[in-house]
This record gives sequence, structure tokens and C-alpha cells, in this order.
Amino acid sequence: MTDTAFPELAGAAQRRLDVTSDAALARIKRRYRSESRFRWYGVGALSLTSVFLVVLIADVLVKGLPAFWQHVLLVDIPLSAEKIDPDGKRDSATLRAADYNGLAREALAAAIPGIEGRTAKKQLNELLSSGAADRLREEVVANPSLIGQTVKSQLLLSDNADLYLKGEGTDIVTLATTRGIATPSAKSGEVTILVAANDFADALLVIKQDLKARADELEVEAKRLELFASEAAAARISELRSEAKALADRYSKPKVAEMLDARLPSMLIAINGGLVKVTKLSDTEVTGEALIPLSSTDEAKPGTWQIVTYATPESNRNANDRMVSFLERLKAEGKVERHFNWAFFTSGDSREPELAGILGSLVGSALLLLVTLALCLPIGVMAAIYLEEFAPKNWLTEIIEININNLAAVPSIVFGLLGLAVFLNFFGLPRSAPLVGGLVMALLVLPTIIIAARAALKAVPPSIKEAALGVGASKQQAIFHHVLPLAMPGIMTGTIIGMAHALGETAPLLMIGMIAFIVDIPQGLTEAATALPVQIYLWSDLPEPAFQAKTAAAIIVLLVFLFLMNGTAIWLRRKFERRW
Amino acid sequence: MDMAVATEMQPHTAVASTQKTKVVAKNTNVFYGEKHALKDVSVSIPDKGVMSFIGPSGCGKSTFLRCINRMNDTIPVCRVTGKITIDDQDIYDPKLDVVQLRARVGMVFQKPNPFPKSIFENVAYGPRIHGLAKSKSDLEAIVTSSLEKAGLWKEVKDRLQDSGTGLSGGQQQRLCIARAIAVGPEVILMDEPCSALDPIATAKVEELIDELKKNFCIIIVTHSMQQAARVSQRTAFFHLGLLVEEGETSHIFTNPSDKRTQDYITGRFG
Repeated sequence: MTDTAFPELAGAAQRRLDVTSDAALARIKRRYRSESRFRWYGVGALSLTSVFLVVLIADVLVKGLPAFWQHVLLVDIPLSAEKIDPDGKRDSATLRAADYNGLAREALAAAIPGIEGRTAKKQLNELLSSGAADRLREEVVANPSLIGQTVKSQLLLSDNADLYLKGEGTDIVTLATTRGIATPSAKSGEVTILVAANDFADALLVIKQDLKARADELEVEAKRLELFASEAAAARISELRSEAKALADRYSKPKVAEMLDARLPSMLIAINGGLVKVTKLSDTEVTGEALIPLSSTDEAKPGTWQIVTYATPESNRNANDRMVSFLERLKAEGKVERHFNWAFFTSGDSREPELAGILGSLVGSALLLLVTLALCLPIGVMAAIYLEEFAPKNWLTEIIEININNLAAVPSIVFGLLGLAVFLNFFGLPRSAPLVGGLVMALLVLPTIIIAARAALKAVPPSIKEAALGVGASKQQAIFHHVLPLAMPGIMTGTIIGMAHALGETAPLLMIGMIAFIVDIPQGLTEAATALPVQIYLWSDLPEPAFQAKTAAAIIVLLVFLFLMNGTAIWLRRKFERRW
Repeated sequence: MDMAVATEMQPHTAVASTQKTKVVAKNTNVFYGEKHALKDVSVSIPDKGVMSFIGPSGCGKSTFLRCINRMNDTIPVCRVTGKITIDDQDIYDPKLDVVQLRARVGMVFQKPNPFPKSIFENVAYGPRIHGLAKSKSDLEAIVTSSLEKAGLWKEVKDRLQDSGTGLSGGQQQRLCIARAIAVGPEVILMDEPCSALDPIATAKVEELIDELKKNFCIIIVTHSMQQAARVSQRTAFFHLGLLVEEGETSHIFTNPSDKRTQDYITGRFG
């Protein structure tokens, strides 16, 4: 029925929503398509992010997990009283000062006997870490009754030895089907081995072919230089050509002996318990240096001696042939063991990669975060409450708010400069201390916490505050007893973000000096320390290859630390959230 | 009935009653920034009884109610002039402690707003912060008696530790009333307390108000004229920021003096 008071509704009865025509169906289809497209965008974005995350974590794990294992040498070390404690007084200073490294080296020499010559001995000792005897020293000092006994000791291997044993060395190919009787000329030093059959023919052929390949390369280079019409080019071209000719000459004489060089895979002969590295090679005779001395110069029957090839040329490796031979010998004798690298978590930084640990930077980071949290959480929340509830709405408050928002976006290194100028230079606080680092990080994180806390306070329904005021609570009581607990989840979120930020920031710490090489574990807030991200940065810069694995391992520790922190904060937030 | 224009513009003063006067307002004006929301309101409110404020939306009755416990202070742009006294004490005196005033003048809001804490905590909060209980058993006694007076005790006595927000709407509002009376106020302000409740809960609350009026001065703002007629002894009619008419409830509803009042109660507008 039509109501004369509302004439415009008269036609309303005739107007109905169109849901059946073609245009309507097309509209609906378009809407479904657009929704489905949007869903796929979301899935695509998430997949892409997941792929990146997986690649990142996989890369870090693959590089870093090897650093959590270490290789040690198992030896028996006789603790002779004359060497350690000649006085017999068992004075701990004397015990500490004894030459345990000497004992370690002796034990190693006993493991591979017969090594002579300065270079060889030096390279043998380089298998051990400079801190290899530390554990032995601590054992003896703690328990002097061990003196006079022979103890089983684990000696830490050096970083290159450790890397080799972890598989970054070389493939070893052993040809055991030898055909001729081999006769060595000596037991050590330069050894010539004569063989009754031409076992070395294949190897010689390979070398000759390599000569040809090199000659071809030189020819190509010469041809390239012909494009330049200069005097220097012409001189170089004739150089190259003569080199190529010399090589071709050697190649054309297949029976003449050849010298091996480090560009080619190394060839060694394992005979009579020793290992000879071949330097000169012909069909039936090789000459070389005995890396491991032979037990005798008796002739070896075919099959009892082997041709060993180290596939990666020596120049491409970190461990040279002698070290590889020693390590392989020790491994074969079962004297090498791999165990978990607890020292990584219990020792501080070191110049030697195998001795370096993250405890120092972990403690530094923990102390720093403690200072940051203790400062910025109360100050940030109080500032947010003041700005939200108590501050008069005038221009001064406006300026403060604008500045807080801007500070959240300032590059972190600026805070480092501020810390340098104010905390170090003006207040004279100790350099590199977690106290100063914490102060700087607190400044960095404060704007984030203030902004998050304000948002959380604003989100609490005003009816709660009114109810509290109505019951006769003062404004302060209403805020602290009712509004603040309800704003806690949001404040916790802001704190999580802030703390994670503080844990990972490196630039400001560089400015205030937490970048020094600190070996000791910091005992307090005012002692020099370094932080985890800075440690990662420092290690990534060092040349030794073993530090790369350590860098990745430290990244893993940092990520685990971060997850734990965030997990705790999220658990806390959930606990508070339940009340509302 | 015919009214002279002059008389229409003058606020009506209270008819002398046998009750002691509790709250007296003289020439109260309220400004929200530039907007003049309440114009020259003067009224006397007697003790131990219920006074209701009625009027169309936006007429200023809630604003006036909130003046009595100075809740308008929390609104920065709000400015109150004039004099309001409770027991002859000027409540806008700068020397007066607002927090104490709000303990003496309790408030129940339109939408029930219990604290997100336990039922016990809701009622105990006020007495605790005002130091009304010397010991734990004192506090428990106060909570029990407040819940009994609010007519909620039987329903919640077994679950005092449950959350206050888990109750039904009517129970929540009664909890808010219990919370308000736990502090031992002299005046209770109620801003449309039943508008969010169903009829049965409304009836319960009205019963409660009937009981409470024996001991408190109750001022209730209501949209429902039937409720005003049921519950109150005196009624004031507000319109466009003016107090148009005020007097005994029966008189207002059967024989109002002002034409605007007459138009409102007969449903011509509102």
C-alpha cells in the first residue's frame, strides 16, 4: 500500500535487484574471478617468501653446521715428572708453565715416526692447533697426581687439518693393481723407484698430453696478441711461440722423463709402509721425495705397492701433499676422532679459527639487551602513558610527538655517533662496554616502543576507564590498574619488535667501539665486550677459510637466540591476552 | 492549554517537598567548545528517592547527569559554569577532591561495563582503593552485602572468581550497580541503565532501584516514560538544553504545566 506521506517509495515495490540476467551473471563471474586472482596473489607471495626463507636457512645451515664439529688426534702422552715438575713441589705456577706443547709434539712425532728435516718437521707440527695442549695443561693443573702416568689425550687439530678432514681436501684414487716389482733406492729423502713393468706409462701419457694442451693454449694467446700491432705485443708473441715450441718438443718425445708440477694432480707411490711423492716420471722409473719414510729398501712385489693420485692439484688446495699424507696415515691408523665442538660455546674469540668461540659475544649481547630492556621498556611505556593521558594538547606536545615518530626512522648509525659524542666523550663511560651499547640501543628502540604502546593504549575501550573513574579511582589508578593491563599485549608486541631490532643492529655498535678483538668473556657491564652481530661481521672479514664456517655457525646461534627471545615474548603476550 | 511566552522561557523551580534536599543546581551551563549544550539549569533533587530526567535525544539530560559527578571533566573541550552543591557543599570548588566526589556519587552507565576481572574483584576494587576494608574478611563482607543488595548474590555466589564479562547483560548491569554501591555512595547516577537490557532484566533492575531508593538519592536518565512513571517520585523534563518543567512524577505525567512537556509525553515528538 502506498503511503501519501512518502511518495518516493511508490516505485520501490517495482524495483528489484537483478540477479538472473546475463549482465548479472557476468558480474558475479567477474567477482569470483577477481577473488580467486587475489587468493592466488596471496599464495604466490607467500610461496616466494617461503622459497627465499628456505634458501636462506638452508644456505646458512649447510655452511654453518660443519663448524659445530671438530677433529682431534688421539695419542698417549707420558707425563714425565722431569719435564713438568722437576722440583717435585707440585706448585701450580710451575705446573702451568711447563711445556705441554713440547709433549704434544713429541707424541705426534711418535705417531708418525721417522720424519726428518726442518720443513717436514714443521709441517708435521702444523697439524696441531696452537692451543692443542691447553686441555692437557688444565687436566694436569687440576689433578697433579697424573704426573708420572701416561694419559690418553685429545689434541686439537689445526684449522687446515680440520677442514681437510671435513672433506674440503681432495679425492684420493688408489691404483692397487700394479704389474711390476718395485725397488726403492732409499728409505728417506730423495728416493728413486725402479719398476720392472711400465706401470707409469699411463701417467706419463697424461702428462705429455697436458703439455700439448698447454702448447695449444699458448698458441691461442699468441694469435690473440697478433691483433695488436705494437712492439710489446710482438715481443710477447715471440716469447709465447718459443715456449709453445719447447713444450711441443717435449711432447714429441714420448719416452723422455717429465717433471711434475703443482698444476697437475699429485702422484705418490705407497711402498714398504712409506709414501713417496713423485717429482720426475718416466715409463719405468720415478724419482721423488719420501713424505713418509719407508721401512726398508727391499723390493716390493706387484700388488703390494700402489700408485696413489690426489685428484685436486696441490696449488688448488689448502693442505699440501705432505699434510694430506700425514692426515691420511693418521686416519688409517684410527688416531683421528670427530666430536662435537663444545668449545665453540665455552670460549671467547681467537686468532686461530679452531679455537674461536662465541661465548664472549653471546655474553656481550645478553648484557647489552638487558640494559636496553631495563631502560627502554619502563621509559617507553611511561612516555606513552604520559603523552596519551596526561600531556596537555598544546604545540609543545605536538612537537614531541612529531619528533618521536621521526626518530623511529633515523638510520641507526646516527645513534652510534650520538653515543660516541655523548656517552663516550662527554660522560666518559668506558669504551666497548655493554653499558654504552645498551644505552645506544635503548635510544634506538625507544621510539618503536613508544609508538606501539600508544597505539595499544588507544585501543583500550574508553568504557573501562570511565567505569574505573565512576567508582572513584583517580586517573592514575584507572590507568595503571585497568587500562595498562589491557594494553599489555600490544606493548609486548612492540617490545618484541624493538628487542629483535636491538639484537641484530651492528652499525651503532661499530661507532662506540664494540668492534674490538676481545678475547676474554666480559664479567660486567663496564668491561669491554663485543656483540653477536659484530662478531659475525668480524669473522666474515678474516682470511682463513675455516672462519667462513664459523661465521655461518654464529649466524645460526644468532637466529636461535632471536627465536627464543621472540618465543618467550609471544608466550608472555598470550598469557596476558587471556584475561581480556 | 495556553502558556504565556514569558513563562515558557523561565525554568521552573522545585515544588517544596518533605524530603531533605541532596543535590542543588543553580544556573548550570555546559559548553562543548562553542556549542551551548545546557542552558541555565536550576533544580533541587531530594534525598532517599528517585528523580528521573526525561526528554528527547540530545536535550542535555545525560550532560547534566555527568555534571553531578564531574565526569565531564574528562572531556577536554567541555566547560561547566554555575553552581552545583551536594549537601550544601559546592562540588566545583577547586579545593574539592574530585576522586572523593566520585566515590560519594556513584555512576551506572548505559552499556554495562564490568572490569575484565573476576566478579569478586569487580565489586572489591572500589572499597580496596578507598581503604574501606581493614582486612580480607571485611572486604568479603562488603562484596557479599553489595551483591545481595544488587540482587545478584544468589546467582553468582558459587562463581565469584569467574570473569565479570562472562555474565549475561542483565547480570552485568546488576554487577555494575553492586560495584557502584560497594563504595558506600550517597548519590547514585544512572544513565539509561536499562536501555541495553531485555524486559525481564529491566524489570529486575527496576525492582532493585525501588529497593535502593530507601537508602540512596537516585537520579536516573531514561528514554522510557513508562519507566520514569514506574520508578521515580520526581521527574524533570529537558528540551534543547533547557530544563522545561520539573515536579512530582504523577503531576508531570497527568497534568503538565508546559505545552512542550505535554507534547513530549503524548508522543508528538521524541
